[in-house]
Amino acid sequence: MTRVHVSDLVKEYTMRTGLRRSRLRAVDHVSLDLVPGRTVALVGESGSGKSTIAKILTRMESPTSGTVDVRLDDGTPVRGALYRRQVQMVFQDPFASLNPFHSIEHHVARPLRIHQRTRTADETHERVVEMLERVNLTPGAEFAARRPHELSGGQRQRVAIARALAPGSQVLIADEPVSMLDVSIRLGVLNLLGRLQREDRLAVLYITHDLATARHFSDEIVVLYRGRVVERGPADAVILDPHHDYTKLLAMAAPDPERVDRVTLGQEATDRGEIDNSVCFDHFAGEWQEAGVPADRAREPARPRSA
Amino acid sequence: MTNLSPANEPLPSDAVEQEDLARDRAGRAPRSGWRMLLPTMTPWLAVGLALVVGITLFGVLGPYLVGDPQQIRDQGLTPPSGEFPLGTTQTGQDVLAQLAHATRGSLQIGFLVGVLATVLSAFFGIYGAYRGGIADEAFSLLSNVFLVIPGLPLVIVISGFVPRESRGLWTIAVVLALTSWAAAARVLRAQTLSVRGRDYVAASKVSGERPWRVIVVEILPNLLPVIASQFVFAVIAAVLGEAGLSFIGLGAANSATLGTMLFYAQNGFALSLGAWWWFLPPGIIIALLGTGLSLINFSIDEIINPKLKNLRQHRKRARRAARLERELAGRSAKEVAAR
Repeated sequence: MTRVHVSDLVKEYTMRTGLRRSRLRAVDHVSLDLVPGRTVALVGESGSGKSTIAKILTRMESPTSGTVDVRLDDGTPVRGALYRRQVQMVFQDPFASLNPFHSIEHHVARPLRIHQRTRTADETHERVVEMLERVNLTPGAEFAARRPHELSGGQRQRVAIARALAPGSQVLIADEPVSMLDVSIRLGVLNLLGRLQREDRLAVLYITHDLATARHFSDEIVVLYRGRVVERGPADAVILDPHHDYTKLLAMAAPDPERVDRVTLGQEATDRGEIDNSVCFDHFAGEWQEAGVPADRAREPARPRSA
Repeated sequence: MTNLSPANEPLPSDAVEQEDLARDRAGRAPRSGWRMLLPTMTPWLAVGLALVVGITLFGVLGPYLVGDPQQIRDQGLTPPSGEFPLGTTQTGQDVLAQLAHATRGSLQIGFLVGVLATVLSAFFGIYGAYRGGIADEAFSLLSNVFLVIPGLPLVIVISGFVPRESRGLWTIAVVLALTSWAAAARVLRAQTLSVRGRDYVAASKVSGERPWRVIVVEILPNLLPVIASQFVFAVIAAVLGEAGLSFIGLGAANSATLGTMLFYAQNGFALSLGAWWWFLPPGIIIALLGTGLSLINFSIDEIINPKLKNLRQHRKRARRAARLERELAGRSAKEVAAR
């Protein structure tokens, strides 16, 4: 079992326009914990920093400051090759995340071989078939021989999940795993993720912009707005009793014919950047806290400007 | 509107399309990624392959079947005859024998330069773009510099600078390769920049794949059609470039290529003496080799740009539909006549 403790993560990008330089803070003092068997949903609009957090967690980017502390149960820190074995990711677009040149077998077999989970070619093939059948791609041998363009979006995403689990990973980052899929197959893929999580007691970070699936699929919701956490708490509490203006807006964004006017009003407010992201409502503590500051200072209670 | 047909009657074009789909489904054996890289056999590709394979065979096997190309006889400038199918030169050398050896020499240079230029462009184009940062900037600068160097004048200067004795096959090949890799490197760089940002590359990095494996196994196969097309282009350019160099007397020392043949024909006043059998054959071989390689290149283009392939298939389908429609019309006309 592996735990992830993310604290005070900051990521700044340098923007260059001509000779001018400016810095864009994509992630501003975000802290969160991933524990085995629990799913944390990271919710926010495009550009709120969700995918940056995923990239930092999978070590595709390095943070400007802050730490990602991954430890095994006995307290050993997870580093280097072990990190790749423990923390894996499911990408958003199943049409882009599989190499069109290679067979399905290649995609699942490579992680097995890299992390020496299997030794001989026969053993690898057997494990690949087993992994594919675990994600409901049966018969596995037949799917293994195919190439990505012969599979539907949902089937490809299942292959991507099998690949992410192949190294025996304990922490799964799912970056909008169903947003590119047909509505009709989203639930199937989500239920599959849920089942695998229960079976392997995975720690899952579920990144999404859709509050409805976040509530269905996760235990805890962290709402991100312009790089800062503006609300966090148990899934039901955040959705049924949202405190922050932005969370209310997200909750209202679900289509409801009677509330069309208010949603559009709110949308204009975010476009002008008028929602206050300096405070965060923590449902666990039951109080407002300062957002975008180091974790030890954030404990001090604060008041939202608008409330 | 005389040819109104009932709505449920399938249109001929639909029938053709259905037939195509059915064939696709039936013939779907598990295809490997390599299969995808092969161009579709079209008449143009067949002609191109036939030309290139024919000329290559002539260059490889021909020299064993003909006599000594250097042997001087006292029958100068005889037109093609039974004894000398392509006649003789001013000094009585057999043109066919010379042609066989010259074809071999030109193909050697072409292949050598093709390989060298492809390796150079693949290294500078792909590796730089994959690494990014300083490496990319440096490699990019280098290929830009080589790109603006005027090729043939530089080749002439270098070839003129190197003394004739040490100007061997390799010298010419290296000089030609150095002046011709840059454009291909830029194309490969652009393509690599696009491929390296794709999710599957990120996914293999997240899996813990080593950088060289990411380049060779994940990125390179998706660039192979581009590389193949650049290779074919480099061969054409090399054969032509070498012919040009040899024609002005700057080719490899004591080598026999199509260019040197033309050089001697020019020096021997073949044109003014009307000895067409002396200068036409090497010219035709160069032209045919260029044509064949270009036709192969067009077919490779279809893999890079599937739109071209779709266009061709669409036209084929439309032609078949039109034919079917004509047949149906003819049949119904006959029925009317019978009634």
